[in-house]
Amino acid sequence: MGSFFSNLFSSLWGSKEIRILILGLDGAGKTTILYRLQVGEIVTTIPTIGFNVETVTYKNLKFQVWDLGGQTSIRPYWRCYYSNTDAIIYVVDSMDRERIGVSKGELVAMLEEEELSKATLLVFANKQDIDGCMTAAEVSNALGLPALRDRQWQIFKTSAIKGEGLDDAMEWLINALKAKQN
Amino acid sequence: MAFVMMRRDKKDEEDGGNPFKNIEKATVVQEARTFNDQHINTRKCCMILTKLLYLINQGEILATVEATETFFAMTKLFQSKDVTLRRMVYLTIKEMSKLAEDVIIVTSSLTKDMNSKEDLFRASAVRALCMITDGSMLQGIERYLKQAIVDRDRSVASAALVSSLHLSRENFEIVKRWVNEVQQATSSDDHMVQYHALGLLYQIKKNDKLAITKLVSKQARHSLRSPFAHCLMIRIASKIIEDDEDSKGSSLYDYLESCLRHKSEMVVYEAARAIVNLKSVQSKDLSPAVSGIVIEQVAITHPLSVTTCNLDLENLVTDSNRNIATLAITTLLKTGSEASIERLMKQITSFMSEISDEFKTVVVDAIKALCLKFPRKHLTMMNFLSAMLRDEGGYQYKKAIVNTIISIIEENKDAAESGLGHLCEFIEDCEHTSIAVRVLHLLGKEGPKTLSPSKYIRYIYNRVILENSPVRAASICALAKLGAQVPSLKESIVTLLSRCMTDSDDEVRDRATFCVKILQENSLNVSVFGLERALMHYVKTDMVEPFNLKSVPVANTRTESKADVPNVTTIQKSATATASKQDLLAEQLARIPQFASLGPLFKSSDKPIEVTESETEYVVRCVKHIFQKHIVFQFDCTNTLEDQLLENAYVEIEPSDEFEVESTVPVATLAFNVPGTTYTCVSVPEDMDLMTGSFVNTLKFVVKDCDVNTGEADEEGYEDEYVLEDVEVYPADYMQRVLKSNFAASWEELDSEHQSEETYVLSSISTIEDAVKEVTDLLGMQPCERSDKVARDKNSHTLLLAGVYVSGDDVLARARFAMAQGQITMLLTARSQNETPLALVHKAVG
Repeated sequence: MGSFFSNLFSSLWGSKEIRILILGLDGAGKTTILYRLQVGEIVTTIPTIGFNVETVTYKNLKFQVWDLGGQTSIRPYWRCYYSNTDAIIYVVDSMDRERIGVSKGELVAMLEEEELSKATLLVFANKQDIDGCMTAAEVSNALGLPALRDRQWQIFKTSAIKGEGLDDAMEWLINALKAKQN
Repeated sequence: MAFVMMRRDKKDEEDGGNPFKNIEKATVVQEARTFNDQHINTRKCCMILTKLLYLINQGEILATVEATETFFAMTKLFQSKDVTLRRMVYLTIKEMSKLAEDVIIVTSSLTKDMNSKEDLFRASAVRALCMITDGSMLQGIERYLKQAIVDRDRSVASAALVSSLHLSRENFEIVKRWVNEVQQATSSDDHMVQYHALGLLYQIKKNDKLAITKLVSKQARHSLRSPFAHCLMIRIASKIIEDDEDSKGSSLYDYLESCLRHKSEMVVYEAARAIVNLKSVQSKDLSPAVSGIVIEQVAITHPLSVTTCNLDLENLVTDSNRNIATLAITTLLKTGSEASIERLMKQITSFMSEISDEFKTVVVDAIKALCLKFPRKHLTMMNFLSAMLRDEGGYQYKKAIVNTIISIIEENKDAAESGLGHLCEFIEDCEHTSIAVRVLHLLGKEGPKTLSPSKYIRYIYNRVILENSPVRAASICALAKLGAQVPSLKESIVTLLSRCMTDSDDEVRDRATFCVKILQENSLNVSVFGLERALMHYVKTDMVEPFNLKSVPVANTRTESKADVPNVTTIQKSATATASKQDLLAEQLARIPQFASLGPLFKSSDKPIEVTESETEYVVRCVKHIFQKHIVFQFDCTNTLEDQLLENAYVEIEPSDEFEVESTVPVATLAFNVPGTTYTCVSVPEDMDLMTGSFVNTLKFVVKDCDVNTGEADEEGYEDEYVLEDVEVYPADYMQRVLKSNFAASWEELDSEHQSEETYVLSSISTIEDAVKEVTDLLGMQPCERSDKVARDKNSHTLLLAGVYVSGDDVLARARFAMAQGQITMLLTARSQNETPLALVHKAVG
């Protein structure tokens, strides 16, 4: 047990940063989430052409968070950034019922990638502050999450604008990563 | 392996320089994969990026896939906050923006950096961003660029302005929208920003003449702070003045003129240059612009208009700034008349010691030009130059003087004596080896032509005693040349040279020994060409015997070597021409690889056969080359059509019977009036009966029409052909003429067993004389014992013929003619070891 413990310690609390990708369709709120996590504030964002990468410190853990642009033209490049990823935060605009199918397609394709086979999946049903949005369960079903096999996953209701749900998600993530180490 | 590595390392150390010399693209691309590592080693990554940039800048070509992969790996480095690494990344992005695909992937990261608090990032990020942006992406970042243009940080503003200038080439309409920001930037306090802003503003407005004029007059009134901006304004203003025929630009001219009083020298210079370059410039306008610096340059292009300023220039000569004074003087020298030269020279002498070497060199160059212009003044110049030679001065300066003197000597024979005298004095105390060597060489060359060559011996021999080895060696050669060309001095020079044969330096000793030997024996009177040929021949042998100089043809020279050069060549030419046409042809054929295997050439037909009529489109002549089992037809073709270019021309032969075409060598192009040669090779059948016959020939080619004037051909051509006349192969073609001095003996040698005999009636021939000629030609054999001469008024004659058949067998023939009742009968007897030629002989006449 002792050796396991030190192993966990060194990888999770050591010098190594936890690498997270934030993915999702354009306008889902990925960049807003990134900066909400990093500086705790709302920043004005423009569509991300390419990516943003920031180091986020949460509960004394260091996360290296990659926020990749969600526009159709940029999605093909997501795969360039898959390697060594510990967790994926997949952000869904809960108001965007029209494109939930597209979102599912991208998610499924991504999860099939070998490089991401070990990555933990967090789905953020974002924009929960808007009335009439899909519930977490609706989003979960629309994405086909219940059917996922061999994947540690969880869905969260979030509002990046209000800062709701993000802490819960991060807590869960840390615990999940710890559990995975053990 | 380790040993090899060690040696390589050691070599690197010795080279002492470039640590990137041995890097390879593949390795670097491989290394770049470490960018994908989760933990980034900043120093290592910086190094890899440096190597990558090095390779790209060395012209190494990265394939798109390779570049794109490397580029994406590099984007991972944005996770590091290290300043140095980030700046390396910017550089790499810029360099790779045209090599890799999808470089827009870093747009967001760069946009963020250009707005970040880290000033070190911002300017570079702007530049990198503009490099990866295309028209469609530009609108997305437009807002940030507009901000950057008016940014308080000068480097950011400048970067944005310059980048916008670059972007405006492709995306003029978008950049045009930023005019307000750019305008604002022109009033920046910073010199660079102002300059860049003005440049961009001009770029934006340059198509609108009115706007530009307004811009200039407005900016001219508000005094620009930046001298760079001023210079740009001056250029813009002068361009407007140039473009404006009706010259409304007098206010602009006033602006230019006012710039002459600007406190920055750069602006003054630019303004002056602009003014004198104006086409419409009047000499009254010019006078204020007179500034030694500018005029000097202009003197070359506008000599006449400058002449009017000569008075001003003369005042400048006394300017306290010696540089300006020098330029003024040299300008005057360039423009001045013959009369004023001496006065000017005096003036220069007065301050020569006060100016730097560079300007002295300028003066020397001016004098050189002057000497060529006014050869009569050489004495003044020469004295002046020699005075300069005696003065202190660096290598470049002295070299310029010596060069000048040498060129004067070469141009002007009158100046030679005094020039050489000065140079001799100079080398008495010359610290520059190469100059001394040069002078010594000149003495050797020019010395013998002077009135008293003997006086140079002392100067030269002093060098042998006093100087270092290169100078000593040069002196030896110079002495030897004097000795060789001045017979009266030879004796004493040999004595002097003999003393040098004990010199401590190998080269000097060798040269001395060689020269003494040559001078004593006077033995190298051989033709140079002959010597070369003899040596070439000698090298080809196994070189057991020592080379014998006597085998070299002696040139008929006591006279100068120049005279015998043409002689030798003409002799050579005629020799080769007569040597043997056969040999030449054989050599030519042997060079063609397809024919190398055909064995030795047996015979080529004497005269080319015309297979086209004269004055047709294409003129073709045919030569038959007979080999053991093959015939090569050589077709010399000339294209007489000026507007056509023939390509890939060859002659297609339709052989009769058993002949088979083995190969053709087409001629690649036949340009107008440039002869070309194509070959066709056929194999000869074994059967004697089928060995002769006629061949139907067609010239086939691709025609390209071409421009008569330029000779350029069209891209497209079309195939065409041209029917040639038939070429016959006769029995005589297989026969080589041989003279047998004792025909009877040879005849007896080949006994009657190898004999064939037949009687013919020559119905179409009326005299025996004609019959002899006819038969000789038909058989292609050599008449022996003068048997081709027919005695007159005789009714019978015997013709004796000898030849060699293609197989190498001797063939002899005896033809007895008899004239009876106006009809000639012939008894033809042939003897040969080989059956085939026997039959062939009869076939020839039959």
